[in-house]
Amino acid sequence: MVSDYITNWNNYPREKSSLRYPVFTQDFSNFWNENSPFIVRGNGRCYGDASLAPSIASTLKFNRILSFDETQGVLSCQSGLMLSDILDLIVPRGWFLPVTPGTRFITVGGAVASDVHGKNHHKEGSFSQHIVSMKILTPKNEVITCSAAQNSEFFWFTCGGMGLTGIILEVTFRLKKIETGYIKQLQIKSGSLDEVLDLFDQFSRYTYSVAWIDCLKKGEHFGRSILMLGEHATVGELNGKKDLYPDSSKTLSVPLYLPSFALNGLSVKAFNGVFYGKNYKREMHSLATYESFFYPLDAILHWNRIYGRNGFVQYQFVVPKDRGKAGVRAILKRISDKGWGSFLAVLKLFGKQEGPISFNMEGYTLALDIPINPKLFAFLDELDIMVKDFGGRIYLTKDARMKPEIFHSTYPNAAKFTSFLSRIDPEKRIISSMSRRLAIK
Amino acid sequence: MKRVLILGATSEVALSLADLLAAKSCEIVLAARNVQRLNPVKADLFVRFGAKVTLYEFDAIETDTHGEFYSGLNPPPDTVVCFLGYLGDHTKALTDWKECSRILTSNYTGAVSILNHVANDFEKRRQGIIVGISSVAGERGRQSNYLYGSAKAGFTAYLSGLRNRLYKSNVHVLTVIPGFMQTKMLEGMNTPKMLTLEPKRAALLINKAIKSKKSVVFISPVWKWIMLTIKNIPEGIFKRLKL
Repeated sequence: MVSDYITNWNNYPREKSSLRYPVFTQDFSNFWNENSPFIVRGNGRCYGDASLAPSIASTLKFNRILSFDETQGVLSCQSGLMLSDILDLIVPRGWFLPVTPGTRFITVGGAVASDVHGKNHHKEGSFSQHIVSMKILTPKNEVITCSAAQNSEFFWFTCGGMGLTGIILEVTFRLKKIETGYIKQLQIKSGSLDEVLDLFDQFSRYTYSVAWIDCLKKGEHFGRSILMLGEHATVGELNGKKDLYPDSSKTLSVPLYLPSFALNGLSVKAFNGVFYGKNYKREMHSLATYESFFYPLDAILHWNRIYGRNGFVQYQFVVPKDRGKAGVRAILKRISDKGWGSFLAVLKLFGKQEGPISFNMEGYTLALDIPINPKLFAFLDELDIMVKDFGGRIYLTKDARMKPEIFHSTYPNAAKFTSFLSRIDPEKRIISSMSRRLAIK
Repeated sequence: MKRVLILGATSEVALSLADLLAAKSCEIVLAARNVQRLNPVKADLFVRFGAKVTLYEFDAIETDTHGEFYSGLNPPPDTVVCFLGYLGDHTKALTDWKECSRILTSNYTGAVSILNHVANDFEKRRQGIIVGISSVAGERGRQSNYLYGSAKAGFTAYLSGLRNRLYKSNVHVLTVIPGFMQTKMLEGMNTPKMLTLEPKRAALLINKAIKSKKSVVFISPVWKWIMLTIKNIPEGIFKRLKL
């Protein structure tokens, strides 16, 4: 078997793996017939070791659409289908993804395994909320159908279960009706962190909301930010000026690994453009294509190379709402004082929690990129303690380095999850580097 | 190309070609062993392109069934692309006739059997395109895979003769000679990345060759020069090489 070094989006860690690409459902059974444990991998857009193992089953060639009910807005597909392919199909027919993360280059299986969230989490929940049913090939080599009502334990531990419950074969989920491919956008400047945290509550009626925080600003303007709010634009709101559905935007690519100061340079420019640009108003209304609103970084393919070959980590945590403001302020201050982080951090207010093992909980989530340096992991361990003390937790999909005791003490259903896994997979056939590192299996 | 029959349709390159043809509103007939595996493909091409796809069970080795299979296609195809191929276990086949015979039949006699039916029909109708996917392995026998290679060599010669015979009947025959492709056939083999083609890219090149009415095409073109070099090594030297 041929082995190659495989790494995920943040280029850390890199592990020697043999990668195979099943095409037919039957091909997956071969993995059970072998002795080496394996993990299923989608498009490798997680930031860590969740989809790494010595043996990997890639779903990228297992990507067929099985049905699309255009009147009800229900789509059924194989797990390796990418969100970008789905959007190409459904947007011109007046439908949209119920939930989308900040990149469209992930697979549906990955969306389930991470139970991804988007800018609408406070109103519409995470991806698992919209699943009608799934087919899973279990470690006992049986295909089961599961949903919130049927085999529900399997269902809920698969949503956010990091691919450890079995091979997700097929997913059926509900879409969202749209009239156009545009987003009516409102950007609000805020001079401080406290102000933007309040703005989230004030503007919670908006379907989509997220804030970009300037991490470099100190003093009274600490945490100055731009809150971005959005609604799907109606036909009337386009005023007949545009085609209902925009052409897929052209993309740029970062061809080489760049020294790590480059992204800061780029993002400083982008941020300052909005902050000090032509617009002097506090609030700015505009019309954006869905691509530019949801996927600004997708427009630069391989933007991860900007951080250089050593890679980076993306630190994303959530702290519960009641102590969230103090939590975000204290943790962001620590990071900002250290000066290692990216210039920008992304802040979002989540709604109620769903799946038992999902990352999301009602509260504030903050994410930022930090290039890897020799002292970083010790520092992040300190941050983990702060997150834990505020009652929060770390997003597994973004994690490459957390200590197992942090996972087990911050995810309230960790013990139930691990005992479920040892029941359904006693021989530990599905193992990832993450499941080993965090002592999940 | 309106109605295309793809033989050996579970090959990844065949599936990629089906994607391209469906996008151009061709009607597609997919024939393969355990053809129900292709149900998701049928559904996918319908959802994406509204394409009409039908599935037929077909086994190259069961040559007795080929006549009935072909006459059962109604209406008959105007283009046939033959991806039939089985690499097999060369070492095993040296001592196991069953494996050896399976290699020879899948790659040569089985393909000849079905394409004879196609050729006779196209000749009568004075129209059609026949595309045969052969292999660089058929250009010169090497110790590591000459059973597969000899069957492909036979197939290449067959296609050449067929092209010669059918030219006057307005039937076009295209021989495709691929090198390494990143498919399950080569999964686990460490082939040089520069010379290994993605199935999507291979399908694109095949589609292009069909449209431009080429007779023999190497994909990718670099293989033409590699094989030219290999074929020109004197036998006295060649027989000493570990290939």
